[in-house]
Amino acid sequence: METLLPRHLDEALAATAAHPEATILAGGTDLMVAVAYQALRPAVVIGIRRVPELQEWDGRFIGAGVTYSRLERGPFAALAQAARTVGSPQIRSAGTIGGNLGTASPAGDSLPFLAALDAEVLLRSQAAERALRWDEFITGPKRTALQPGELIVGARLPEAIPDRQAFAKIGTRTAMVIAIVSCCVLRWDDGTTRVALGSVGPTTVRPRAAETMISTERRPSSAALDEFARLVSAEVSPINDHRSTAAYRRHASGVLARRLLERVL
Amino acid sequence: MTITKTPTVVAGGVGTSPIRPDGIPKVRGEFAYSSDLEVDGMLWGSTVRSPHARARIVSIDVAPALAIRGVAAALTIADVGGRGLFGLIEPDQPVLADGEVRFWGEPVAVVAADDRETARIAATAVVVHYEPLDPLTDPERAEELGETFRVLDITRGDPDARGEVVVEGYYEVGMQDQAQLGTESGLAIPDGSGGVDLHVSTQWLHVDHEQVVASLGLPPEQLRLHLAGIGGAFGAREDISLQIHLCLLALRTGRPVKMVYDRAESFVGHVHRHPARMWFRHEADRDGILRRVEARILLDGGAFASTSPAVLANAAYFAVGPYASESVTVHAAAARTNNPPCGAMRGFGAVQSCFGYEAQMDRLAAALGIDPVELRLRNALDREDRIATTGQVIVGSLPTRRVIEALRALPLPDEAPGDDPRRLPGGTGLTTSRAAVMRGVGFAVGIKNLAFSEAFDDFTEVRAELTADGIRIHTAAAEVGQGLVTVIQQIARTATGISNVEVVWDHTGEIGSAGSTSASRQTQMTGGATLRACEAVAAVALARADAESLDDEGAWRDDQLVMTLADLVAAGPIEHLERFRHPPTTPPDEHGNGDVHAGYAVAAHRAIVDVDPELGLVHVVRVDTAQDVGRVLNPQAVIGQIEGGIMQGVGLAIMEEIVIDRGVMKNASFTDYLLPTFLDAPDMTAVLIEEPDHWGPFGAKGVGEPPTISSTAAVVAAIRNATGRDLNRAPVRPEDIVGL
Ligand SMILES: Cc1cc2nc3c(=O)[nH]c(=O)nc-3n(C[C@H](O)[C@H](O)[C@H](O)COP(=O)(O)OP(=O)(O)OC[C@H]3O[C@@H](n4cnc5c(N)ncnc54)[C@H](O)[C@@H]3O)c2cc1C
Repeated sequence: METLLPRHLDEALAATAAHPEATILAGGTDLMVAVAYQALRPAVVIGIRRVPELQEWDGRFIGAGVTYSRLERGPFAALAQAARTVGSPQIRSAGTIGGNLGTASPAGDSLPFLAALDAEVLLRSQAAERALRWDEFITGPKRTALQPGELIVGARLPEAIPDRQAFAKIGTRTAMVIAIVSCCVLRWDDGTTRVALGSVGPTTVRPRAAETMISTERRPSSAALDEFARLVSAEVSPINDHRSTAAYRRHASGVLARRLLERVL
Repeated sequence: MTITKTPTVVAGGVGTSPIRPDGIPKVRGEFAYSSDLEVDGMLWGSTVRSPHARARIVSIDVAPALAIRGVAAALTIADVGGRGLFGLIEPDQPVLADGEVRFWGEPVAVVAADDRETARIAATAVVVHYEPLDPLTDPERAEELGETFRVLDITRGDPDARGEVVVEGYYEVGMQDQAQLGTESGLAIPDGSGGVDLHVSTQWLHVDHEQVVASLGLPPEQLRLHLAGIGGAFGAREDISLQIHLCLLALRTGRPVKMVYDRAESFVGHVHRHPARMWFRHEADRDGILRRVEARILLDGGAFASTSPAVLANAAYFAVGPYASESVTVHAAAARTNNPPCGAMRGFGAVQSCFGYEAQMDRLAAALGIDPVELRLRNALDREDRIATTGQVIVGSLPTRRVIEALRALPLPDEAPGDDPRRLPGGTGLTTSRAAVMRGVGFAVGIKNLAFSEAFDDFTEVRAELTADGIRIHTAAAEVGQGLVTVIQQIARTATGISNVEVVWDHTGEIGSAGSTSASRQTQMTGGATLRACEAVAAVALARADAESLDDEGAWRDDQLVMTLADLVAAGPIEHLERFRHPPTTPPDEHGNGDVHAGYAVAAHRAIVDVDPELGLVHVVRVDTAQDVGRVLNPQAVIGQIEGGIMQGVGLAIMEEIVIDRGVMKNASFTDYLLPTFLDAPDMTAVLIEEPDHWGPFGAKGVGEPPTISSTAAVVAAIRNATGRDLNRAPVRPEDIVGL
């Protein structure tokens, strides 16, 4: 196995250009599990922890190398809360938002916040730079539009981010648990509401009908909240697996979205 | 020169909590576990496992593995020189699959190579052609087909006895994993003259020895088993896992071979707690006295027998719990399926039936309008009563009433849930606010036998030796982390007055069996043998010196040191070999009755839970307990067993389950098999009830299993109490609480 440890973004991009099939290693909290349990044996590994440009967090730009322990202390309450629910302190010190995007698991905890904001994922290769909206970047469960030779540089958030935002995640253990359902709700002062849910579809789910319906309700009545919850439940597309059932996930999606909305009203 | 002093009570004796000798090394990471063993020139072993729950093996080709550089051996069943089968109770499991694989993960071939990675690659290079067959995964269907490891029918009393009030219920328990932190591992070293030394973490060295020599086809003295450092067991190390494979590879290659399972392999490398399906019918008269209990219990034993016959017996014998009933019918069966094999786990069958009978007691209390704790008191068994199923008279202590009353007397804390998310359902996921929480309280009582039953010749050997420095105890008993080594030292100190006690683990060629570290038995058994052996040694020493007492300096008479320990042993060795047995038991008669057990312990648990009923999430706030311990030999160790046992019970109540789909395990990892962490640990208060038993040293009873028997039932009862739902299955899943 060949290991490359670039110290600048240029070096990193030169490395990916020279080794387009190389495996990128950030915190390793997903990758090393694959090494240990799926016997992944990459021929070339490019470690990017030393690349300072990827560590940057500048207002609306969050570098791919920003760890959960930094996100926990950041200005966005819902993202900080999402980060707080990831793994254990050790995982949060190593795991990065870029790695969460790279893995593109439906259960990735930073993804609902990015999806609710329609964030863009910035990609760079030596030859080009492009920005894909989150749902152009994540194309399926654990599938992305990342091309050989490309690096995830970071996520770019829109200018307008409401203060009223919340995130919650269901698991059957007090901490350190993969989401059975996760949910992020954002609410602007004009009523505009965005909702994104994890672990209830092949990728993060935006229940558009529920968003549209509740965005017109300035002071939602309890009947409106019920309707909102019903629409959220109707729009998710969960499956049965070893962690939960589709029926429970559908039910819990509505309950969680409604609770979060009530918290931010 | 004469030294004078007044003898004092020996430090670190029975009743104290001395620092355990393995404690500090373990905390500092300096303790050598079996996975840390290493010798020069050793090979690494790896196992080829079945990807099918059931399939015919058309062919196995090991040549591609052998062609890899650094690969020293690749073995199949054809390479097993001795008995092709192994098993704790009946040898029915192939050492390596023989013509057919019967469960997902069954070992098919083993390889050895210069390093771990090459061994792993070699294992993937073995080409096995399977012809998949339809797996039998429904235990009910298996019982219909007569595919059972054991069927036990118990009848006692008048089958026509009736009570005015009748409650019926159906219950299920899921498959729990022992999740011992140290995975299976060992090192086999050939001795150069045809024999082999195996260093391994196991619960019972001698029973492994028996099975390994049989399969190697070696004379017994050619194989020596040595205890290596053990990282937990809980039943997972009772059966053979890699023992035979390691020795086969070492003998074939003439080189030392090491194996360590990773976590995923560990999940298929050991047996699990039996999933259970149970139906009960309880009949009582108006004042709550049980008149008749009927039960049907079906355990899924999986593909091979392991300890299924004994687990089944426990589930059946304790189908009524610690309660009296003059009329009982139990039908119990352990089914043979193509699911992963099940066997020993802490509680050993008693956990499953407790979940059923305690739910029944609550239903009965509700039907009668009697307080559920009061109902239990009215039916509680005590010394001289008869066990409802077997009819055996309880000759030792069984303070069921005292246990229940002591727990009931503990104040019921009523502090409301706070705002700390770690103390709310949903935890750090922030799903749940205080206002969404309903509180519930549940009470449950459980009983279990101590040591081995049904006429098993259950013994343990200990050799005590006086040395110039103190006492040396030789044993083969497995210290799995529970603190046996400390208790042996304490007993030896109290028995002799000498505080310097060294425990030496002899290999199988040096001492006889200590029996298994299971069935809550070692404190009573190896502890009992230690007490007798030390008393014998002390008697010889005192006689030799014509003295009254011993301590670390020597023998004392009239406050005078008359002989030092060195003088005593210079005059000839002083040692005693004790083979200790508990009172004999009988097999069951044709009605399933008889004196099948050597003793019992009872414990009660009271759980307080907070539930978010809309999301089906649970936080276990408290689990208080009262436990019948006979006599406390080491308070800290007893509390340690109680706290750990309750945690395992909480796990089974709300999160721990191996999910199987058509024979395939879906969550063989700690990512998806959820264990409670510290944040899930409830507050606990324990009351220890000391009523000495009839044969344990100083009246002590085993304390390892009772904490897990009724803690699960108590937590689930509390969730029922909070939600009003008839939850009939452990673990309780969110969807069960929501009702989906
Ligand atoms: C015990 C444990 C608990 C966990 N709990 C959670 C949890 O609660 N919630 C959750 O969401 N996740 C959890 N995870 C998964 C993991 O921690 C996260 O997905 C994390 O964000 C991965 O980041 P990383 O930096 O470690 O990525 P790595 O493992 O280094 O990489 C992950 C993938 O992304 C690719 N990649 C990484 N960075 C880049 C880049 N800049 N450009 C291109 N490709 C890149 C890698 O090649 C790889 O394919 C857990 C993992 C463990 C081991």
